[in-house]
Order: sequence, then structure tokens, then C-alpha cells
Amino acid sequence: MHPAPSIIVFTTLSGLGYGLAAILGLGLLDPSLTLTKVAHVLALLMIAIGLLSSTLHLGNPQRAWRALSQWRSSWLSREGVMAILTFLPLLWSAWASVIESRYLVLPGLLGTVLAGVTVYCTAMIYASLKSVQAWHTPLTPLCYLLFAAAGGSLLGAFFAMAGRNSGLFLLLLALLFTIAAWVVKIAWRRNMDGLVPLSTPETATGLGNIGRVRLFERPHMTENYLTREMGFRIARKHAVKLRRLALLLGGLLPAALVFMLLVTTVAGAGGGLAAILAMTLAVISHIIGMLAERWLFFAEARHAVMNYYGG
Amino acid sequence: MTLLPALPTPKKLGLVIDLDVCVGCHACVVNCKEWNTGGYGSALSDQAPYGADVSGAWLNRVHTFEVVPEGGEIVGEAGEARIVHFPKSCLHCEDAPCVTVCPTGASYKRAEDGIVLVDEDMCIGCGLCAWACPYGAREMDLAAGVMKKCTLCIDRIYNETMEEADRQPACVRTCPANARHFGDFSDPQSAVSIMTMERGGMDLMPEQGTRPVNKYLPPRPRKSLAAGAPLMPLAENTDGAKGFFAWLDGVLERI
Ligand code: SF4
Ligand code: SF4
Repeated sequence: MHPAPSIIVFTTLSGLGYGLAAILGLGLLDPSLTLTKVAHVLALLMIAIGLLSSTLHLGNPQRAWRALSQWRSSWLSREGVMAILTFLPLLWSAWASVIESRYLVLPGLLGTVLAGVTVYCTAMIYASLKSVQAWHTPLTPLCYLLFAAAGGSLLGAFFAMAGRNSGLFLLLLALLFTIAAWVVKIAWRRNMDGLVPLSTPETATGLGNIGRVRLFERPHMTENYLTREMGFRIARKHAVKLRRLALLLGGLLPAALVFMLLVTTVAGAGGGLAAILAMTLAVISHIIGMLAERWLFFAEARHAVMNYYGG
Repeated sequence: MTLLPALPTPKKLGLVIDLDVCVGCHACVVNCKEWNTGGYGSALSDQAPYGADVSGAWLNRVHTFEVVPEGGEIVGEAGEARIVHFPKSCLHCEDAPCVTVCPTGASYKRAEDGIVLVDEDMCIGCGLCAWACPYGAREMDLAAGVMKKCTLCIDRIYNETMEEADRQPACVRTCPANARHFGDFSDPQSAVSIMTMERGGMDLMPEQGTRPVNKYLPPRPRKSLAAGAPLMPLAENTDGAKGFFAWLDGVLERI
């Protein structure tokens, strides 16, 4: 599948935004600190920019509101509806923190739950497509949820460090979620690498009982919408490198930094500028790793239609 | 409304495509584009139409496949490779995944005859339906920003201002080889139902669970070239000659 930048930015940013919002909703950061207020605004901004970016690839964005109507059958519609619903408790919580320096339990917890549901809906857009076999597994929404939780708790830990809180619990969460997310992601990749194709050129043409089927001529000499949108192929050696890079930057480096901070905090030597710098590095590295991971999520997935195009 | 209608629909309109007969001339492809660029919805645009990198939206395309049976790699050995021309347009699936994923309600399956359509005034051009279709039957029109697909020529088949014979999809009407047939699959006596039964009409990618309405008739088994050779009478052989030829044969034999 073609890795469209607008969709990669959308899934990465909204995942981080909802993750941070979910952490804020748990009330783990002191609501009266300026940094917590900044965190609320940042979460809302990331979500909003992500959603806006997702409308960039639409052919007729001025009608985007119509996408809220078919929630009974469409995961994309459900995602739109949930994104809007989730804004209500998130704005309420942000207001409480930014203006009143308070943490409110009801909108807080509601926001955490709805943020999770929204991320789940996003993932189900992909996971529900039988035509893209690599995505069509319950591991896909699990990955999305765990990566959102990992990104959110990393950001949460960053704000805790920067606000000179000990942030022990957030550091622990960040470590656990980062490890869990990558364990599931690696299982997801194993699943993809081991797939026996559900559809083949033989089943696609129905000619399998005569013999092996091979594309002889494409319908047109040039590319078309389908081959551009679904015929993306990544060289194997590049895929291997990018996979390593994603794991290193998105998982290993942030987890190692968080682990070190945990140890120093427990030893009573935590905090200080070094800790803030370490968390900044962890967050930036995680975001770059996630962009690579999302790029691969699309680039490596094969669509059934390629059985008709020799790909 | 992107929920599917109650199935089966009273009529089940669709196509039968005969892979034994298709000669791959692309006449259906051209006539489809010709009709539909001026018919239902926005025109079917082309990008860089006179450039080297021309591309555009088409609702029907003909692929060509080579089918190689076991041992068929060497000419004249067991089973020969054969070429099969393969027209493909929307199959108007009963369990159409393209319809249920649509967030806007632009995509729908008609309750009365099962035709799958896009209401272009509602389509936001998100492209998700094209992702959901395993057959590649939907293409985005890059000029209008809306999804295009085969309408089964809904503006022809019910069009009473046209001659009866023309109330067929453009591809069916134009096929010079008669490889495409249009009809109602819910009627077991219809020509398309009978053809499908007699020739073992098949579904494409049944494993995707889409339950396509359109059926493909497999190519008939082919005799090998070698098997056909003895049928050719040899010029030296006069054994079967009768009447005048027997007399002539006798005369020529004697002199
Ligand atoms: S062939 Fe594709 S576009 Fe047509 S009904 Fe089936 S899934 Fe939908
Ligand atoms: S491209 Fe149009 S028809 Fe297709 S899913 Fe999106 S809104 Fe629906």
C-alpha cells in the first residue's frame, strides 16, 4: 500500500495526542503546574493537527462532515464520530487544568476511555479490510492501542521530569507500555512474514485448475490509480533496515533511557537537567521511530488487487 | 446508506463474461469509457492525456494472463501454455465490502436490483472503498475527486428512450465476440443463469467472502496441437476416394 504522508502523520500524531490525553485523564500530573497546562494544550493540538492532516488526502474535503453519518457500518465514520465526542471531555479537562488549575475525575476518566476507543476505531479502519491480509488481524488494533499508550506515557514522563516531579509511576508505565507495544508489534510482523496468501493470481482469475497463472499484459502501459495506490513495493533490504531503525529509535533507545531514569530515581539521584534531557531525547527518538513504523505499516502491506497486476 | 440491503435482492443484475470467447480487443473498455464519460456522474477524466505518462479513470479494463499447465513450459510437450484475456469491471458483490466501509453513505447497493453505485454528490473521495474492494473495480477520478465505478450502465438498461436492443450495458452491446452477457441472476430461466449453470460459471476470489454477482465462464478445455494433426487428410492417400475421383484414381494408377 502507498504510504501517504498525510495518513502517516495523522496516525502518528493522533496516537501520541490521544495517548497523552489518556495519561492526563488519569490525573497523574499536577494540574496546577504550567507544564501540565502546556501538556493539555499539546495533546489537543496533536489530535487536531492529526485529524486535519487526515482530511488532506480527501478529494472533496468540504464535504467531510458527511463522514459522520455511517457509524452503523463504517469504522472510518465511527472514528470521526468518536474523535468529536472525545473532544468534549478533553476540552473540559483542559479547561479545568488551564483555567482553574484543577483535576476533575469525571471528564478525566471519560477522556481516557474515549481516547482509547477512538484509537481503536482508527486501527479498525485498517484491521477490518480483508483485502489487505497483513492488517486483517486483532493484533493491529492492539499495536495501535499499545503504541498510543507508550507514546502518551513517554510524553507524560517527560512533563513530569520537566516539572521536577519524580514521575516514578509514569516512568514505569512508559517502560512497560513501550516494551509491550514492541512485543506485540514483533508478533504482528511475524504474523505478516508467515502469511500464506489468501488470494493468488489463480483464485483471482479462477484459472488455477488449468495451470499456473502469470500476468502477460497489464490493461494499460502506464500506471493507474490502483497501481499507484496499492502497488507500492519496498525493496527487501530497505525494509530490513527500516525495521531495525524503527525498533531502535521507537523502542530500544527510549526504553533504555527510561530504564536508566528509573534506576537513578529509585536510587534517589533522579531529576535535574540530565533527566529532562534524557526524557526529551527519549520522546523525540520515539516519535521518529513511530514515523518509520507507520511508514512500514503501509509500505509492506500487500493488497489483493495486485494479483491482477503481477505484483 | 452503507448498510447492505436485505439479501437476496428481488432482481440480481449482473454480467457473465466468457473467458473462452474474449479475444482481448478492448472494445468494451473503450465503449465503456465513451459512454460513461458523458453518462452517470462526472466525466471520466484523464491526467496528462497527450503526455507520455497518461493515466485516467476507467471502469472496465482487460488484463491478459498466461496460464501454464504442469509441464507446459516447453512447446509441444504435455499441455501447452495458453493466453486468456480477462475483462474486469465491478462484480456487484452481494456482500460488498466497498459499501459497508464508506463513511458518508455515498456508496450503496440498490435494494431493488443489487446494483452497487456511488452517489457522487455525497462522496468525499477518501478512497477507502477502493481499498476494501479486492478486485480493483473502483478508481478515483482525480479531477472530480470522487470515486468512479461500473454502474452496470444504469442510464441505459432502464432507458425507455432507447431501442430495446440498446438497453444493455455499453460493454455488452459493443463486444464483437459476444463474450459479455447481461441479465438477471435471480431468475433461474434467464440466459445468464442458464449459461452459468451449463458452463460452470465461477466466482473470482471466493475466499474474500464478497459473493460476486458477475460470473466468469472458464475457457473450454483445449486439444493439444499434436492431437489435431491426424484429422488433416494427407494428399498421397486416395483410399477413401469415391465416384468420379475413384475412376480418376484408377485411370491415373493405370497409365
Ligand atoms: S467488485 Fe469491488 S466495487 Fe464492485 S461490489 Fe464487489 S467489492 Fe464493491
Ligand atoms: S471514496 Fe467516496 S464512495 Fe468511497 S468510501 Fe470514500 S466517501 Fe465512500
